[in-house]
Amino acid sequence: MQIIESSKTYDVAIVGSGAGGGMATKILSEAGFDVAVLEAGPFFDPAKDEDRNQLRWPYESPRRGASSNRRSFGDFDAAYGGWNIEGEPFTNAPGTNFWWFRSRMLGGRTNHWGRISLRFGPLDFKRKSVDGLGDNWPIGYDDVKPYYDKVDKLIGVFGSRENIHNEPDGFFLPPPKPRLHELYYVKGARKAGIPVIPSRLSILTKRINDQRGSCFYCGQCNRACSAYADFSAGTCLIFPAQKNGGKVQIFTEAMVREVTTDKNGKATGVNYINKADRKEYHLKAKVVVMAASACSTARILLNSKSSVHQNGLGNSSGLVGRYLHDSTGASRSAFIPQLMDRKIYNEDGTGGMHVYTPWWLNDKKLDFPRGYHIEVWGGMGMPSYGFGFNPNDLNKVTGGAVGGYGDSLRDDVKRYYGATLGVSGRGESIPQRDNYCEIDNDVVDEWGIPVLKFNYKWTEHEVNQAKHMQDTFEEVLDAAGGILLGDKPGADRDYGLTAPGQIIHEVGTTRMGNDKRESVTNKYNQLHDCENVFVMDAGPFVSQADKNPTWTILALAWRASDYLVEQVKQRNI
Amino acid sequence: MDRRDSLKSLLVGSVAGGLLVTGCAPGSENAEVPEVASNDLPGYGRTEKEKEHDRKVLAQEFLNEHELETIAVLVDIILPSNADFGSASDAGVVDFIDFIVKDMPNNQLPIRGGIAWLDSHSNKLHNKVFKDLTLEEQKAICDTIAYPGKTAPELMAGERFFTRMRNLTMTGYFTSEMGIKDLGYQGNRPGVWDGVPADVLAEHDVDYEPEWLAKCVDQSKRMNIAEWDEEGNLLN
Ligand SMILES: Cc1cc2nc3c(=O)[nH]c(=O)nc-3n(C[C@H](O)[C@H](O)[C@H](O)COP(=O)(O)OP(=O)(O)OC[C@H]3O[C@@H](n4cnc5c(N)ncnc54)[C@H](O)[C@@H]3O)c2cc1C
Repeated sequence: MQIIESSKTYDVAIVGSGAGGGMATKILSEAGFDVAVLEAGPFFDPAKDEDRNQLRWPYESPRRGASSNRRSFGDFDAAYGGWNIEGEPFTNAPGTNFWWFRSRMLGGRTNHWGRISLRFGPLDFKRKSVDGLGDNWPIGYDDVKPYYDKVDKLIGVFGSRENIHNEPDGFFLPPPKPRLHELYYVKGARKAGIPVIPSRLSILTKRINDQRGSCFYCGQCNRACSAYADFSAGTCLIFPAQKNGGKVQIFTEAMVREVTTDKNGKATGVNYINKADRKEYHLKAKVVVMAASACSTARILLNSKSSVHQNGLGNSSGLVGRYLHDSTGASRSAFIPQLMDRKIYNEDGTGGMHVYTPWWLNDKKLDFPRGYHIEVWGGMGMPSYGFGFNPNDLNKVTGGAVGGYGDSLRDDVKRYYGATLGVSGRGESIPQRDNYCEIDNDVVDEWGIPVLKFNYKWTEHEVNQAKHMQDTFEEVLDAAGGILLGDKPGADRDYGLTAPGQIIHEVGTTRMGNDKRESVTNKYNQLHDCENVFVMDAGPFVSQADKNPTWTILALAWRASDYLVEQVKQRNI
Repeated sequence: MDRRDSLKSLLVGSVAGGLLVTGCAPGSENAEVPEVASNDLPGYGRTEKEKEHDRKVLAQEFLNEHELETIAVLVDIILPSNADFGSASDAGVVDFIDFIVKDMPNNQLPIRGGIAWLDSHSNKLHNKVFKDLTLEEQKAICDTIAYPGKTAPELMAGERFFTRMRNLTMTGYFTSEMGIKDLGYQGNRPGVWDGVPADVLAEHDVDYEPEWLAKCVDQSKRMNIAEWDEEGNLLN
């Protein structure tokens, strides 16, 4: 079967429509470029009733919202796919247990992400200068700050001005008031001497323009907002780009296999498989922006081999796929006896948490480098599959019989409803050259494209950090008046440290730098080896701070897009 | 989209959905309905692949009539009706379990085997299958398998089965329309969160710190478009 040529040559082909691809689409189309967006999943608009997950009841689903291998986080979660995508596997090298979360849909993982929107701080770009580990970024906070500011204003994020050096303030919307379980956390944190501040989430507690609504407090941001009151790449970047008259052609169900190059090694476009007819197409473009997410982009680059780019595109350093790293994670929860038999009222609030603890020990000498922040959960949420399991296990704590049957089970469920408080640490790991993804030559997906194989092991730094998290969790939950649940994970379980990939902050596969032997892109996300290809997802991250990555993906994609426009204007590309 | 418009469309959407379902039911009893359509659930935001999966599951049969009757008896022992609310089977829990064992096949062997175990155990004691026993006899058996930690070793298989059934019953009930009403869950509707109600706060030894509250959103201004000064201070 022949590859079908597009007749048209686009100014830019953007691969992937998540955070990075969405931002590139907005900025580049507004600069007047003729843009093609290639997305491997279907179209998705949460305002369309067929696509709507928001404000649905568990009984609208025959499995009551349970998770499945079609949607890992449940029927109403706005992530098509998840840990598993039928027909598109990946593999792990022996000894590796990497988890890879993918959403196949317009907007990618930004449809259901947690909306935690933190800027990296001045220290986060230059950690090597502090602890000698890993590498510094070739840019610093001052380079990115103007773009963080612009992202805040364009997209909207609530938070509070706190004047903490490594937790820079931004242009914030006002935060919502804490819920009751969060007040218990505040109490515990105050007692334990740990800071706690309003959380910072990209949810509109006030309107920011007349195209998007303000939050109506259903707590379901992970289902994607039909009022566009939280950030998704589709609703906040791609649709507005189209509405503003930009030349944006969206190709959905378009699975990109490789970037094509000419005999001089310059990119000429992309080859993709149209999932609808299973045929292969060539889309011509003068510039290619890779934003398929850090690992998918690495896969496409490694699969783009040619006589000029023999190890794959952009890979003369051999570093494409290397320095892959995820955040660390660990959790604990407690039962708060004072929250038993509580009065029931609507406390859905915004999605996610209203309070959190930023990292507070930058000045302390500890037995691990870097730090973590603490996220808080609990409350009287909407029941879904799993709610009511082990209805009276907490009787073990309060001293009643466990198990049984009859009307009393109703009382058990109500007595303990909303009476647990949980905390999760999310921390910074040290990027390792030997943690990487590569092409698995033995396995192809259903489109015939060789898949990724992961090689990843935590070091003692991450394990020690998890140990510190567990000690902190105990202290703060205890101070909140809680009775700790479950056993404290010890050394035998790496202190509850999550498997790599599970925190879904995978970054670093095409890291940026000034030395082309030690990095894949320059400091403007442009491939050292191929000037008309840019990477605008989290691949170029040199290190993933203890902040979630997306706000930085957005800021860097905007910055890189501005640079791209300038380079085209100056005829350098 | 304007918030009010979108809420309107949400409401219209769900009402229209409801009408479609009930509006369909009477006609479909006698009318010939195409096979695929009769299997289609009302939409709940499914992708094409998910719709296909649901159709496939709905077309299957796993539990037989005897098993379903036994489940109906058991779930109502686990969660009977009370003065205010119906029983588990009134809330649709039997249909839920019928579906879930097909959708999550790892339930199939434990539930089929568990029912067979229960019947052979009742046969041994009373020479009758479980569902034909008197309620008292049924409860007497449940008493021996419903309390983890107190079960005789030779009845452990029964305890495992009972625990699974209790979990499915409770989750099936509390995710049903009736169960959510019973629980009293107040959310899943558009509203405005403006802090913990004062009477609730008064009952707890936690409180809002004034400096914290000063940072929080003034809900009377949430529809005003945000403006900042150059430093990032919100002006309105
Ligand atoms: C449950 C969850 C919670 C999260 N919470 C937070 C949070 O609170 N804060 C935060 O900062 N981050 C969070 N994240 C991470 C966040 O979602 C990602 O950092 C962000 O979405 C990455 O953006 P991206 O553009 O790189 O990739 P994605 O959003 O993954 O988008 C990539 C797109 O490319 C498409 N694609 C992939 N391969 C191809 C191909 N070969 N051809 C064509 N298209 C392709 C995909 O289908 C996808 O649509 C969370 C993630 C998850 C899963």
